[in-house]
Amino acid sequence: MRGAALIVALAALAGPSPARAERLIASLSNHRVMVTSSFAGDELVLFGAIEQDQASRPRRAGYDIVATVTGPRQNLATFRKDRVLGIWVNYDSRVFENAPSYLAVLANRPLEMISNGETLRRLQLGLDRFALPQRAAATIAEDAADDPFRRAFLRLENKRGLYREEPNGVTFLTPALYRASIPLPAEVPIGTYEVDVKLFADGAMIARTNSALEVYKSGFEQLVTAAARDHGLLYGLATVIMALATGWLASVIFRRD
Amino acid sequence: VRVQVYLPIADLPVNIFLILGMGIAVGFISGMFGIGGGFLMTPLLIFLGVTPAVAVASVTGHIAASSCSGAINYWRRRAIDLALVFMLLAGGILGTAFGVWLFTFLRALGQLDIVIGLAYVALLTTVGALMVTESVNAIIRARQGKPIELRRPGSHAWFHGLPVKIRFKRSGIYVSAIPVWAIGFIIGFVGAVMGIGGGFLLVPMLIYLLRVPTATVIGTSQVLTLVTMASATVMHAVTNHLVDALLATILMVGGVVGAQFGARAGQKISGERLRLFLGLLVLAVGIRFAMQLVLTPDDLYLLRPAEGGL
Repeated sequence: MRGAALIVALAALAGPSPARAERLIASLSNHRVMVTSSFAGDELVLFGAIEQDQASRPRRAGYDIVATVTGPRQNLATFRKDRVLGIWVNYDSRVFENAPSYLAVLANRPLEMISNGETLRRLQLGLDRFALPQRAAATIAEDAADDPFRRAFLRLENKRGLYREEPNGVTFLTPALYRASIPLPAEVPIGTYEVDVKLFADGAMIARTNSALEVYKSGFEQLVTAAARDHGLLYGLATVIMALATGWLASVIFRRD
Repeated sequence: VRVQVYLPIADLPVNIFLILGMGIAVGFISGMFGIGGGFLMTPLLIFLGVTPAVAVASVTGHIAASSCSGAINYWRRRAIDLALVFMLLAGGILGTAFGVWLFTFLRALGQLDIVIGLAYVALLTTVGALMVTESVNAIIRARQGKPIELRRPGSHAWFHGLPVKIRFKRSGIYVSAIPVWAIGFIIGFVGAVMGIGGGFLLVPMLIYLLRVPTATVIGTSQVLTLVTMASATVMHAVTNHLVDALLATILMVGGVVGAQFGARAGQKISGERLRLFLGLLVLAVGIRFAMQLVLTPDDLYLLRPAEGGL
């Protein structure tokens, strides 16, 4: 069923081809993901095709796809604990500014096999090469891949399922048709996500395209979040009234005298 | 049946029956001992993965609900000293406001988790140890057939003689308002920072320091807890936007139900034994926190959202 829908969607996508060697087409199974009270994660399907025309040379090693999905940006602090007078305190910290709250790098094979280190670095492909600027970092080595705070940051985000690199996350259905699934864990942040798809052949990027998706809270969750943020006083009073009502109700129901 | 529920402010999916069960269990204990149970609920939520800040802010609403149902029961029995409540509140509101301010400040500094942990260790181990010692002594005295003397009329501490003396008619005491304000301030402050109602602190303070008779002490404590926790909820909602109303509501419903059964169970046990059990429980939670602070953590690093500006 899904396969049939995919072909139909692809047929609709494939318009008249321009006079370029290859054209990269990408689409998402769904552009809007709703977080409801029973949200337990979701999975989106990214699919697309590589369009060739007469000008395209035959590729010896075939095509490679690298898709990078970045969530809404936020400032995140990474604390390092250290023992002070026998107890563990948050001793040192770094703030990662405008770091994506979600980052997934999906490819059809290990990135190092797709292109050389120089190209991968320039295009910031892969978790280790993604630029994560730190606020007021003391040393110039702030963006070095072996910075302990950066390493810890990536590791913790990976543990939460929010940062991931999947060297076999993209599958080629035919030499020109690809498919990838974007896993969204239950803790996925709300906001706009950018999907950047790059096409490689013989180690060089030959085409790119992008798409976007939105993760949003459903009516009730949105209402609660917006109320808590924008109308703190009313929200607080409402919570207290709820508490008083619950307490009163219990004393009426369980009245014994 | 939808088991998983997504908490909008904690940003966390949780099992609704687990939260409800925690509410009932803590409510049972709170009803049994006549306390709010915040000192148990806040750590439980933290162990569950809720950030300490959201746990503290949300539990304040939960305690407001359980103390409300308790306060209504004592109101019907006319076991509340309103004059004493107002005097304690004068200090309590100030203490709560100061506590919420400190909470916000420490959160910005990134040291909130540690301070909450340290405060729990210091308070719980001290109070727990005192309660265990006192109740064991009382049990031994009762075994030996000696009379239990809680209230010694005529014995006065120095702070009873401070100026601004007030007569509290229902409790039948005549003391300076200054220690009353100070106690109110401490309870409000501790409650806001640690997400506890402070009932387990307030009741002994009222009995041993102010010599309030046992007839009015629990009811008075419940009303004070209700007002300080209700105002802490509002203040946390206004300043930190961290009160998870859904989490608080599930806890409230479980809490008030559990409290009713706990209260019935509590009446079957003698006061000394009840205080001994509560003391051991308080001590256990304190030691658990101490271990967490002293033992090498599994992960030396942790992530927290950072504010926009410096």
